[in-house]
Amino acid sequence: MKPLLTLALKSAWNRRYTLGLTMIAVALSVTLLLGIERLRHDAHEGFAQSVSGTDLVVGPRSSPIQLLLYAVFHLGEATNNMEWSSVQAIARNPAVAWVIPLSLGDSHKGFPVLATNEDYFKYFHYGDHHPLEVAQGKPFHDLYDAVLGAEVASRLHYKLGDTIVLSHGMSGTHLTDHADKPFHVVGILARTGTPVDRTVHISLAAMEAIHIDWQGGAPIPGFAIPPQLASKFDLTPKTVTAMLVGLHSRIQVFALQREIASFDAEPLMAILPGVALDQLWDLMGVAERVLLAVSGLVVAVSLAGLVAVVLAGLNERRRELAILRSVGAGPWHLVFLLTLEGAAVTIAGVVVGTVLLTVLAAILGPWAELRYGVVVHAALPGLEELKLLGLVVVVGTLASLLPGLRAYRMALADGLTPRV
Amino acid sequence: MTDTVIRIEGLDFRWPGAARSCLDIPSFQVERGEHLFLHGESGSGKTTLLNLLAGVLTPQSGQLELLGQNLKAMASARRDHYRVDHVGFIFQQFNLIPYLSALDNVLLPCRFSSRRRLRAEEQAGSQRDAAQSLLSHLDLNEGLWSRSATQLSVGQQQRVAAARALIGRPEIIIADEPTSALDAERQTAFLDLLRRECAAANATLLFVSHDKRLASGFSRQAAMAEINRIHGEGAA
Ligand SMILES: Nc1ncnc2c1ncn2[C@@H]1O[C@H](COP(=O)(O)OP(=O)(O)O)[C@@H](O)[C@H]1O
Ligand SMILES: [Mg+2]
Repeated sequence: MKPLLTLALKSAWNRRYTLGLTMIAVALSVTLLLGIERLRHDAHEGFAQSVSGTDLVVGPRSSPIQLLLYAVFHLGEATNNMEWSSVQAIARNPAVAWVIPLSLGDSHKGFPVLATNEDYFKYFHYGDHHPLEVAQGKPFHDLYDAVLGAEVASRLHYKLGDTIVLSHGMSGTHLTDHADKPFHVVGILARTGTPVDRTVHISLAAMEAIHIDWQGGAPIPGFAIPPQLASKFDLTPKTVTAMLVGLHSRIQVFALQREIASFDAEPLMAILPGVALDQLWDLMGVAERVLLAVSGLVVAVSLAGLVAVVLAGLNERRRELAILRSVGAGPWHLVFLLTLEGAAVTIAGVVVGTVLLTVLAAILGPWAELRYGVVVHAALPGLEELKLLGLVVVVGTLASLLPGLRAYRMALADGLTPRV
Repeated sequence: MTDTVIRIEGLDFRWPGAARSCLDIPSFQVERGEHLFLHGESGSGKTTLLNLLAGVLTPQSGQLELLGQNLKAMASARRDHYRVDHVGFIFQQFNLIPYLSALDNVLLPCRFSSRRRLRAEEQAGSQRDAAQSLLSHLDLNEGLWSRSATQLSVGQQQRVAAARALIGRPEIIIADEPTSALDAERQTAFLDLLRRECAAANATLLFVSHDKRLASGFSRQAAMAEINRIHGEGAA
């Protein structure tokens, strides 16, 4: 086998341009496959990190996934609100340790605005039971105070003391501004890698104040209440979008869930964030599988190209193989030689593709996080990824048996004297 | 040990799918040290016979002995090894592996056969020295040794092939019309060199050709028409 290895290397070097291009095709397809797998994995990871220590998410009755999406990820819009009195009633339940009321609906330059209270800074946890950390400044205190997520601050280059104007509505191009009641940046949160980073936080009272002279989603014409005057009104919210609930003991979670489901005053729903996340995965599973299948197909195409290149070269190498036979190589040696070539190109492609992805992730990762909020890690391949890469190598090697076996057949038919 | 290096008895070979046999050789021997010129028309089965002697084809029936060893009794992997240990081949054309230098081409048998390697080292001190001395003896000067096949003339390529067949002193050299791509002048020159080196290496030479004019200088002549009972293009 040893003489064959050096020969295989020299032979491959002799055809380095063709094989090199083929290898690059394999490498690019591996980068794509691995990139999609990593994106999928990191998205799962990131999503799962978004909320921690919250036992129930409560909101008006709708679909659990929808409730999870807007309450935790601030995506989509709530169709209904829940009464403030319901929030208070649930907070009074002896099983409940804390509640965080959430009110959504406004935005700032595409970032969602979340109205909540001081308990948010006390009880909200993410990742592995991490509390929120105020990196600069302090939580909101005055009516028109805003606390920015790390992403909002860095993307829009805000610093403490800056003035910002909120817009009515979550998305769209023609949003009406709450220009008459600007906010001051009093705090910037430390980075969490969760949707918190992309959120502008204000108090529930502030949310009331900026909508006090509004009705049906638009300012009431000829009826403007200046900011200083707004604070004279009762700014207790009438409704909120949803609430997060923490319990004294997890054992009570199902009992409370049932209790909330049969709440008298209005139709409510309580979901376990973990369960809803699983449902979300199931929903996204189809799309993920399609993406993965497409990239798998790209890999298959590149491997087919590799086999085609090795096969096409085989006819020209007929003499070469016969000479090797005359100096003692058996048909199986030729199978080994040809298969080794395909396998080596595949392995080289896998290695180069992985390196390429790591480099791309290192260069583009921060940009992708900034631009799209997706965190892609420039890490060494994990177990799942290694399995995927191993699969590519196995398939590439098996596919390369094809030219190998063809060489075998040719060797038997040609003997030492191919008729070319 | 017998002095018959090639012994064929009652050999019958038919190509797969062919209507009738290609070779039917009742008896044929080559003795040690002979330089045998085997003449045969094109299509008379010369190349087929050489492939049988190389052990890459197996006869349907009959005995085929190389140096007293029955090829048919060997497993195919053993035959592959036996071939490189004891036989050097020179083909009609395209003898060289294009991505190897002339010198590396000559060294090929030593890579696959430890017997040939040891004999080369024994003879010249190292396999490289053995290869270089053979190349010089075959009138290939140092400047050509590191060239690849594509940078050599056909005549030079055939001489490199001869050096490869001879390195490590295999007992048998088999040449299949190695001069057919050369012009007349170079043919004789090549044959003289080849016979001289075979004699120097004590090798038995089996040289096949359709060209009778090349026969002078060989110690014995034979014709396919005499040894093979099948005549013509496998039909007649
Ligand atoms: N690979 C092969 N498959 C089938 N028939 C073959 C093959 N090689 C040679 N033959 C047949 O065997 C006969 C002898 O051919 P060959 O040994 O090449 O003759 P020579 O070398 O004397 O010109 C021819 O009839 C040829 O058609
Ligand atoms: Mg022939």
